[in-house]
Amino acid sequence: MKKKKLDRRGLYPFLLSLPFVIFVFIFSYVPLAGWAYAFFDYKPGLDFSRMDFVGFKYFTYMFQTWNQTKMVLTNTLVLSFLGLLCSPLPVLFAIMLTEVKSKWFKKIVQTTTTLPNFISWIIVYGLAFAIFSAEGMVNTVLRNIGIIKESLDILGDPDKLWILMTLLGIWKSLGWNAIIYLAAIAGIDQELYDAASVDGANRWQKIRHVTIPQLSATYFVLLLLSISNLLSNGIDQYFAFQNPLVADKIRVLDLYIYQMGVLGRQYSFSIAMGIWKTVIGIILLMSANQLSKKVRGVSLI
Amino acid sequence: MKNRHLLFRCINGLIFLILMLICIYPFYYVFIYSFSDPGQAARGITFWPRGFSLINYKTLFKLNDIGNAFLISTLRTILGTVITVICCTFFAYLMTNRYIWGKKIIYRFVIFTMYISAGIIPWYLLMGRLHLQNSFLLYIIPTALSAYYVILIKTYLESLPESLIEAAEVEGAGLIKIFCQIILPLSKPILATIAVFSAVGQWNSYFDNLMLVTNPKLQTLQLILYNYLNQAQVLATMSQRDLSRGAAVQLATPRSIQVTITIITTLPIMLVYPFMQKYFVKGIMIGAVKG
Repeated sequence: MKKKKLDRRGLYPFLLSLPFVIFVFIFSYVPLAGWAYAFFDYKPGLDFSRMDFVGFKYFTYMFQTWNQTKMVLTNTLVLSFLGLLCSPLPVLFAIMLTEVKSKWFKKIVQTTTTLPNFISWIIVYGLAFAIFSAEGMVNTVLRNIGIIKESLDILGDPDKLWILMTLLGIWKSLGWNAIIYLAAIAGIDQELYDAASVDGANRWQKIRHVTIPQLSATYFVLLLLSISNLLSNGIDQYFAFQNPLVADKIRVLDLYIYQMGVLGRQYSFSIAMGIWKTVIGIILLMSANQLSKKVRGVSLI
Repeated sequence: MKNRHLLFRCINGLIFLILMLICIYPFYYVFIYSFSDPGQAARGITFWPRGFSLINYKTLFKLNDIGNAFLISTLRTILGTVITVICCTFFAYLMTNRYIWGKKIIYRFVIFTMYISAGIIPWYLLMGRLHLQNSFLLYIIPTALSAYYVILIKTYLESLPESLIEAAEVEGAGLIKIFCQIILPLSKPILATIAVFSAVGQWNSYFDNLMLVTNPKLQTLQLILYNYLNQAQVLATMSQRDLSRGAAVQLATPRSIQVTITIITTLPIMLVYPFMQKYFVKGIMIGAVKG
């Protein structure tokens, strides 16, 4: 067969799409080329030819500063695992909300509980500051009642920081994350419930033997995807809530990369760490995918 | 049996009432605090405002940086959203064109960016090289094309009847004309969803500002809020200065100022949120189906 000839009518749209291609090339692909800086002693304003090639020096540097690295990795992983631990909560939320019969009540619950998802972490910090700081609502009330004499420093307590961060994460995302499960529940075949009723199942048994198994597919897909993000818990939340008292507990990998790179100007080192993070993320995703194939016979990607 | 059923429903409802209270109360508290008399408020507020005063808002409006930051945040939200919506829609439209050359390659080239990102430092260095630091363009240009939005719009466009576009072509309408007169009006639902997501993202973002913009005229409201929350000292001296000038007896406290900026930053979202909620839900559902 002859090769399909290009239709002349395709030229114009093709030309129109070129600016987008160039745009994506500049803003998404050129930064990838910036990874090369990790192998050099990067100095701003110099060409590659005038920078020293250092090979994998910066990739191994994090092992030389192991104490720091260990701390950062601990914070990152602990916060990620606490997040994973709470991942059944949206499922629970969705199941309980489905049991609510009143339509308008359901709607109000959904509206109010998804609101926190749409404010920035800076605003969350502003709200938390108003409620929990030394002169905040909690402390003034407790002082006025006479339970405490000295203000509790809730936002500056390094021992409870991980818990506080996890709770705030739940506060912000619970209602939003439940939406997908609510939709999944709405999509369950009603006949399954009818069949269960015929078999004499009560409310709990229906939840246990129909709803939960039906939701498990969605749950595991999301769980495996979050496993691939173990090292990337984002920067917004921890940037907003950092302060000198909790600095050693809140410095997660993303925050560390920002601090070393943008504030510390150790560009090559922080790019190398970013590459580590990406590579490990890809490996985790692949493993999660393999696991999913083995256990459930379904591929994620 | 009947009783147990009723008990379950009551407990269930109660749990959701508490959850709603936890979600809403912080906003409510900050709101009533901002309208309370600062001196009385310092003694503690829980459910009702103490005294009524607009001093916090008056003090804030005297600070030029707040008004300016509000303007910058609003501008970036509007312009950024318009640019994103138009670019993503137009590109998605091109990707549904039957004749376009190299459709698959171009589409994959763009979509691939969703799966891999170079990270924060290479991005930061690139923005510097492009001279986008200390420029308003930094807020609205890099976000113009989003692979995720393109997927959503393209899926939607493919669901439209092809005969509509064919008919327009027969009548001799050009690519751009079809885009403006047929595609845009027909895709309103999906465009609304994307506009809402994009606008919330623009309003809430501050990291570009934090890393690359030092010009005080270009600060966003989010970053100003962050700075004020961390500068109790500055605020304290500010109210002190007012005192020495013999200003009003009723003075804003650092705390009441912080609380008021928080509510000012939150209010735009809270005001549009109830109207936009259905689009949010729609957005996550399309995303879930595709993902």
